[in-house]
Amino acid sequence: MEKFTLLQSTAVPLPIEDIDTDQIIPARFLKATTREGFGDNLFRDWRYHPDGSQKSDFILNNPIYKGAILVAGRNFGCGSSREHAAWAIADYGFKAVVSSFFADIFKGNALNNGLLPVTVSDSFLNKIFEAIENDSNAVLEINLEKQSISISNSSEVEYFEMDPYKKICLLNGYDDIDFLLSQKAIISTFEENNRYPFNPIN
Amino acid sequence: MAKTLFDKIWDNHVVNTVEGGTAVLYIDRHFIHEVTSPQAFDGLASRNIPVFRTAQTIATADHNVPTQNQHLPISEPLSKFQVDKLIENCDKYGVSLYGLGHPYQGIVHVIGPELGITQPGMTIVCGDSHTSTHGAFGCIAFGIGTSQVEQVLASQCLLQLKPKQMRINVEGTLHQGVTAKDVILYIISKLTTSGGTGYFVEYAGSTIRNLSMEGRMTICNMSIEMGAKGGLIAPDEKTFDYVNGKKYAPKDAAFDQAVSYWKTLPTDEDASFDVEFTFQASDIMPMVTYGTNPGMGMGVRQSIPEPLDPANRNSFDKSLSYMGLHAGESLLGKEIQHVFIGSCTNSRMEDLRLVADYVKGKQKAPHVKAMIVPGSKQVEAQVISEGLDLVFKEAGFDFREPGCSACLGMNEDKIPANEYCVSTSNRNFEGRQGPGARTILTSPLMAAAAAINGKIIDVSLD
Repeated sequence: MEKFTLLQSTAVPLPIEDIDTDQIIPARFLKATTREGFGDNLFRDWRYHPDGSQKSDFILNNPIYKGAILVAGRNFGCGSSREHAAWAIADYGFKAVVSSFFADIFKGNALNNGLLPVTVSDSFLNKIFEAIENDSNAVLEINLEKQSISISNSSEVEYFEMDPYKKICLLNGYDDIDFLLSQKAIISTFEENNRYPFNPIN
Repeated sequence: MAKTLFDKIWDNHVVNTVEGGTAVLYIDRHFIHEVTSPQAFDGLASRNIPVFRTAQTIATADHNVPTQNQHLPISEPLSKFQVDKLIENCDKYGVSLYGLGHPYQGIVHVIGPELGITQPGMTIVCGDSHTSTHGAFGCIAFGIGTSQVEQVLASQCLLQLKPKQMRINVEGTLHQGVTAKDVILYIISKLTTSGGTGYFVEYAGSTIRNLSMEGRMTICNMSIEMGAKGGLIAPDEKTFDYVNGKKYAPKDAAFDQAVSYWKTLPTDEDASFDVEFTFQASDIMPMVTYGTNPGMGMGVRQSIPEPLDPANRNSFDKSLSYMGLHAGESLLGKEIQHVFIGSCTNSRMEDLRLVADYVKGKQKAPHVKAMIVPGSKQVEAQVISEGLDLVFKEAGFDFREPGCSACLGMNEDKIPANEYCVSTSNRNFEGRQGPGARTILTSPLMAAAAAINGKIIDVSLD
């Protein structure tokens, strides 16, 4: 996994609440068997008409807004557990998503792909939306070590919470699986000591 | 110290604890399917490692399969490739597959319980958010992403922070025509689509205890629709009776030993929860959703409200505009074009018997397309053995073969743009049942009534 330390970027605002993973990547695009290419269909039905032409009023089709940070309304990523949602956002080029509330499974999936979910207060989220509305070139700075997010050219800064274990993983680019594989001997001992009720089915 | 049902199962499965309290949590059962597993198997291949515990890994093909002519090769090339990939991976890694054509094939959350693979006290995961269904048996069951599918395949464990705990009590007797589906839609309408986020929910109270196992599965299934990590219900005699005799259930003395362990699991009397809610069964009416998330629901005789939070105005208006509805409107008498009865929420025998009982001797409205998709081959076989397939056919319903079908519209079972579908599934998200499709979530009984009447009616008055 790629390391995440410091990110300075302009941001794309999507001030809609309860954005579910079916909007992020509709189910009909889940037939791929690799992790690549999902960015092309990110927000597919909000981004394109059925004939494939762009919807001009959707934010990703507005050239004024660009950058590696997606800023979205509260309860981002609810619904389906599809990791394809995190893959699509990362594949499109985003490195972080900022919202005032994330759905659990999406947050976990994002963290497992080096895509940083940053949870801010509702009021700070509104400040970010206002800053981008006033100047689409406004730069956000996300510092994972300090767990801080700030709006450049202003004194606005907020500190965000972060699971200490996942922070170590992101700062160093570690995958959970590397750690779990290192635990195999302990896991086998656990199985020996807990025969019931963990019996295999066949 | 007094413990909850969740605490007891969790504590029994912690292998190790790491930085910041994250647990290495042991997983008893891992269900996999064709859509969220191929990239996980690729990960194993790139590391050149095996599946750690094949006997605890169970595969089926459900999300991306046709619901007609399952005996023929899948005609859609991408779907065929994905389903073939599952067969290839299960073969290569030695994982049992209940694939197309197998008498146990079906929706992953239907087959686990009906085969007795799901048992009280277990930890169960699957790359599908409705894994919470298995919580009906008193399990810690939750959905995971594909990276985690790979982790469980590789180590039979996951790294997890212990969630907060919520108890939801429902007390009293349900009105005529009100089912488990209405109970959970009511709860979600009160707590909102994000009200359970960060929590594991225990459902309790007399109403929950009086539900059948199938009803309890419907309740736990939709825990994720209020954002909860999962939901569970204390195992009791009903649970033990359901598990007893199932193919993979413990037998004889082993079963008795299991039951005595299972009886120790329910929440201790003085255990505490981070938050607790109590609802009265008598307040619950047959439910309908009017918006584009499962929290946007109301009693069928109510009118669409204004947004609860004025700050939510834009999202609320966007949602109603997508649905072609407006605040203050009632859905009673609303003409609909499609009915879908199926999904891991409502495709079990009890659901289909309820529908058959209602539609017997009646005819669906001529303009309605009505589809019934059983949850599994075993459900399908039971429907046929009871002659209910004929009841469905005579009433004008299309009785299909098992799969997730129009719940998520991955296969060809899609609802056309701007048309209304009364659906027994779990999500009314924009485009969930097909681009532009407008989903109204209800119970199987409400859906059957909508098919017959061609519009939404109140089954409690029928």
